[in-house]
Amino acid sequence: MTVAVIQFGGSNCDRDTVQALDSVGVEAELIWHEDGLPAGIEGIVLPGGFSYGDFLRAGAMAAQSPIMDDVRSAADAGTPVLGICNGAQIGCEASLTPGAFTTNESDRFQCEHVHLRVENADTPWTRAYEEGDVIQLPIAHGEGRFEISDDRLDTLEADDRILFRYCEPDGTVTPESNPNGSKHNVAGVTGERDSVAVMMPHPERMSLPDIGPTDGRGVLGAFA
Amino acid sequence: MALSDSDRDVVVEELGRDPTHPEAALFENLWSEHCSYRSSRPLLTAFESDGEHVVVPPGDDAGVVSLPGAEDTYLAMGIESHNHPSYVDPYDGAATGVGGIVRDILSMGAYPIALTDSLYFGDFDLEYPRYLLEGVVEGISEYGNSIGVPTVAGSVAFHEDYEENPLVNVACVGLLEADRLTTAKAQTAGNKLVLVGSSTGRDGLGGASFASEDIAEDAETEDRGAVQVGNPYREKLLIEANEQLIEADIVESARDLGAAGLGGASSELVAKGGYGAEIDLDAIHQREPGLSAMELLLSESQERIVYEVRPENVERVQAIAERYDLGSAVIGDVTEDGQYVCTKDGEVVVDVPAEFVGEGAPLADLDRVEPSQPETDRPEVDIESAFETVVGHPNTASKRWIYRQYDHEVQVRTAMRPGDDAALLAIREARADRRSAEQSSGDNRETGVGLAISAGADPNWTEAAPYEGARAAGLENATNIAAKGATPLAAVDCLNAGNPENPDVYGEFAGIVDGLADVCADLSVPVVGGNVSLYNDSATGPIPPTPTLAMVGTKDGYEAPALSLSGEGTLLLVGDLALAGEAEPRLGGSQLLAGEGGTDRFPTLPDDPSAFVEAVAEVADADGTLAVHDVSHGGLAVTLAEMVHADAGADVTIETDDSVGALFHEQAGRAVIETTAPDAVRAAFDGIAPVVELGKADSSGTLSLSVGPDTLEVTANEIADLRSIIEDELD
Repeated sequence: MTVAVIQFGGSNCDRDTVQALDSVGVEAELIWHEDGLPAGIEGIVLPGGFSYGDFLRAGAMAAQSPIMDDVRSAADAGTPVLGICNGAQIGCEASLTPGAFTTNESDRFQCEHVHLRVENADTPWTRAYEEGDVIQLPIAHGEGRFEISDDRLDTLEADDRILFRYCEPDGTVTPESNPNGSKHNVAGVTGERDSVAVMMPHPERMSLPDIGPTDGRGVLGAFA
Repeated sequence: MALSDSDRDVVVEELGRDPTHPEAALFENLWSEHCSYRSSRPLLTAFESDGEHVVVPPGDDAGVVSLPGAEDTYLAMGIESHNHPSYVDPYDGAATGVGGIVRDILSMGAYPIALTDSLYFGDFDLEYPRYLLEGVVEGISEYGNSIGVPTVAGSVAFHEDYEENPLVNVACVGLLEADRLTTAKAQTAGNKLVLVGSSTGRDGLGGASFASEDIAEDAETEDRGAVQVGNPYREKLLIEANEQLIEADIVESARDLGAAGLGGASSELVAKGGYGAEIDLDAIHQREPGLSAMELLLSESQERIVYEVRPENVERVQAIAERYDLGSAVIGDVTEDGQYVCTKDGEVVVDVPAEFVGEGAPLADLDRVEPSQPETDRPEVDIESAFETVVGHPNTASKRWIYRQYDHEVQVRTAMRPGDDAALLAIREARADRRSAEQSSGDNRETGVGLAISAGADPNWTEAAPYEGARAAGLENATNIAAKGATPLAAVDCLNAGNPENPDVYGEFAGIVDGLADVCADLSVPVVGGNVSLYNDSATGPIPPTPTLAMVGTKDGYEAPALSLSGEGTLLLVGDLALAGEAEPRLGGSQLLAGEGGTDRFPTLPDDPSAFVEAVAEVADADGTLAVHDVSHGGLAVTLAEMVHADAGADVTIETDDSVGALFHEQAGRAVIETTAPDAVRAAFDGIAPVVELGKADSSGTLSLSVGPDTLEVTANEIADLRSIIEDELD
């Protein structure tokens, strides 16, 4: 499978994502947003970074980029699409996924490792884990607080569309383990199809075995 | 600040006429201390910049070294100060410091892979230094994070004499293959000069000369126009465009536009090649109408690089710039005759010998007074309150509040994160399977090269003893690298001091220059680049002389012992001359004296630091080694406190009749090693450095100290409370 990692101006986890995909055996290529989505693409990653310098709101400008029409069509046709960090912000801004990621409760950028509980192991992104598993991934964002209206969140939860929640090392979901004030500790959600997902933590940063643990490989393995 | 009368006389004599207004402004800025090193150059010859791995010595935008065992893979290293701008406008001042040093790395043909920040502020208890700290950290965070270059190491120190003159010293490391190497030396007359990046506006005018005088009391309002404003989004585009230009091999030479703007960059680029230039100032892409020749020449608008390009490649260069939404302009030609000529509206406004602009500044011959060390007058203090004073001080406290705001993991190389002695990055490019057989050597090329990075200085040390303190700072950085099993390879330095016209300040400055030069020579660490920042003087007086060093070292692979105890080994202290009875314990330069008052002489340093560092690196990677931690700021007490955590404690007994001295002296060149093979460690240090057994690590989560007649028990929780002062106060 060839996965397109889409580069916007200001993307900065694009090469990291290609490296991580490569290490889980998935062929990936960088696609500059102005060049459009090539034919034969079987998966898409919207990588992390600061597209358009987070001008207006994180992800808002990239969501309006013409290549996002291609991404939306591909997603509708069932192509797996994963938005990571800034890619998650773009995904929500482009309405591929519900809700929004906004300024951290701390009002500061936070780069640290967090624990995540796998909420639904029955999606392509989480099938490598068991429901209730606790994994550790890094976050690195200033705008990662998940916000959504109460009733829409109820629906998301009822439909089992929460991928991960921030939690304690033992899996308990607490306010203290919530790094950014996300509603109900939500760290990642799926779109209407579970082949589309966004998450603030960085699975690609925990995928290369030579520098540490590899808890993120399972997420990227969805493309394999 | 205008061109001084004496400099004007030199210019008039060379030109045979009065300089034009733009020429005078060009000389004023390029002959400023910041650009010309006129006060420091006579001293800087002390540095060794040769070595078998040195590819580009100091004098270019950045130094370049080759990686041991992968000689076709190079590192570019540079360091820069952004001190005065960070006082006037901490956010933009610090942010543009990051931007500038990153472009220095780009212009060598390298891709930036790591940043370090060494920051120095006034007393943490005061409101103003805190405001500066928050602004500076936010500026570094937003700029560094946005451009996708991890900030992996650094240092933060508080000292009352930085109150109105903080220091922001930013270093950057870049990676390149040998065939990408680009320098700032013009290659051929007839080539075009292409300016790529942001348009030119009025920001940062006269920044170089502003950086070369004392901070005035009204600087915050009066000098705001001399502070540049950064745009990290455009810098990131410039990084990507530069990458394409270098990969396409269509750039002959390159120089970042930093201090003294286009005038500085373009004149230095051509002068270095023995050429001149003809520049059409009207061709520059401009942000606003009505810019004068002087403004176009000296604007320090950010995110700009000037490239020398063969005429047939100009179109491709401009097409790449356009792909990344960057402006570009063909602004002139490299010329044979060595004259630097600028025209505006069809008139020649500058016509001076290019070499004279860069090299003609008369060197200053300044008086100096040799610093002296104080008598011993130690405070009366027991170890319990000393422990609280030192471990609970912001200088030794956890810096997590700061580095948590920096993305330290982007680029997926970070094997060891901030908070340890040194960062460790994976250089997979050096792996044998990525290279041809003849390019690969060494024992363990399967794993690639681990790059250890450490940066910092301790103002308490160099205030107490400039020469010895600078030696200690060099040794401490090397020990940090060795503690992760790496061997020091090269360094860049940033030498900060007050007004050099003050003989005491100049004497201290000479002390830190010589001390750093000597220790780096002793360690066989070539200093491949640097920066000097003088006139760090304000209403509150001169700063302590501050020799920031950013050092890199290498090892096979990316595994290294942590500084945290495992709880299962014997604890050995290596290198402590006082405990071994080889020197008297001296508290000079210590955090204890900074906190409790009193004076003492600076500790004696080991005679052969190189053998010590080598032995630490060897032991760090030995099978029985469980943890290694450098002993430095705050002394042994802080080191042990940092190693203890909820799951592991230490039971330590030290025989001494000077328990305060033993726990709190700050002799550099020491480390605590937790090991299951203590005899092997003793053998490794035999004849090199003393080894003292401290006791055992255990699973208690408590630090139990029995030192001479005194005892102290502190739990990991209590230590964490003491060490969290920065986040407690700022969150």
